[in-house]
Amino acid sequence: MKKYISGLALAFLFAGLFVGIALAQDPTPTDDEVNAVAKQLYCPVCENTPLDVCPTEACRQWRDLIREQLGKGWTEDQIKQYFVANYGERVLAEPPRRGLNWLVYLIPPAIILAGAIILFRALRQWTTPKTAIVSSGQARGKTSSNKDEYVARLEEELKKRK
Amino acid sequence: MTESNNTAIKRGVPLWAQAVIWLLLVILLVLVGLELKKIQTPMIEIGERVSDFNMVFYKGYEYAGKSEMKLSDLRGKVVLINIWASWCKPCEQEAQELETTWQNYKSEDQVVLIGVDYVDTPNGANSYLKKFGISYANAPDLQSSISSILNRNMGVPETYFVDREGVLQYVQIGPFTSVDEIKSIVDSILD
Repeated sequence: MKKYISGLALAFLFAGLFVGIALAQDPTPTDDEVNAVAKQLYCPVCENTPLDVCPTEACRQWRDLIREQLGKGWTEDQIKQYFVANYGERVLAEPPRRGLNWLVYLIPPAIILAGAIILFRALRQWTTPKTAIVSSGQARGKTSSNKDEYVARLEEELKKRK
Repeated sequence: MTESNNTAIKRGVPLWAQAVIWLLLVILLVLVGLELKKIQTPMIEIGERVSDFNMVFYKGYEYAGKSEMKLSDLRGKVVLINIWASWCKPCEQEAQELETTWQNYKSEDQVVLIGVDYVDTPNGANSYLKKFGISYANAPDLQSSISSILNRNMGVPETYFVDREGVLQYVQIGPFTSVDEIKSIVDSILD
């Protein structure tokens, strides 16, 4: 009986060991791990849809392929390279930073910068004439007795506001 | 004093800066135009010669003992280029018809049927080819290089009929419904 129990214990021990080895050899990537790569790729069939949310059969197959490649130990870059080699650069969510693709990265910040400069200049223009008119009005008041009617009214308004 | 105020009001973007901005915009438009021209191939019309392309057949598939060939290697034969994908349900409707057509014509050596697998996975493609027992040569459309030459823009399946001189004679959009339908088109090109 003792022999039987110890034999059984040994069998369980080995079984547990093999299961552990099997799990270590074949770590099935989770959906989150697959989607982390998939969201960097776009469906080529239904345009402008990221692969992680695309419901088509083609995209399901692609996600399965990513899972398989992750299971084999491929890195994100290797997987993306595979997809580019087979399906072209259009599948990438972010175009590679080279050649004319740089325009995609440079033009938006350049436009924002130009917009900021234009806005700054416009704001300065809106404020400058007021002060110029007021100061010219004041200068005229000192030098000329014939005050411009408009300037006089403006001065009155300014005084009221003070 | 009034003149100096007016100059202050009229102050804007200097002329040289305006010229630079316009120049940059023109350069940008030219670059974008050139890039678009490079990407877009002119639409191939019936009666036009099909540009040459390379096909690397799937493992286990070949034509005339070759596992890789160009369209121009098939000059002198009527070529049917069927664009399909394993995820495409309508493709399944015509799979059997295409295989039967190939079986009918292959011994005559005048007609060649080539399958071009559009944005597919290797596992999906292998399952599809096995499921329908497809024996004619099949190649993946790597980087959509073949479909872009044929200007495939209507979806899958599509079949292009190229005559002996390499001229496009007919385009079938969508699946065939019978072997006779395919045969009638092929025979009209063979005559």
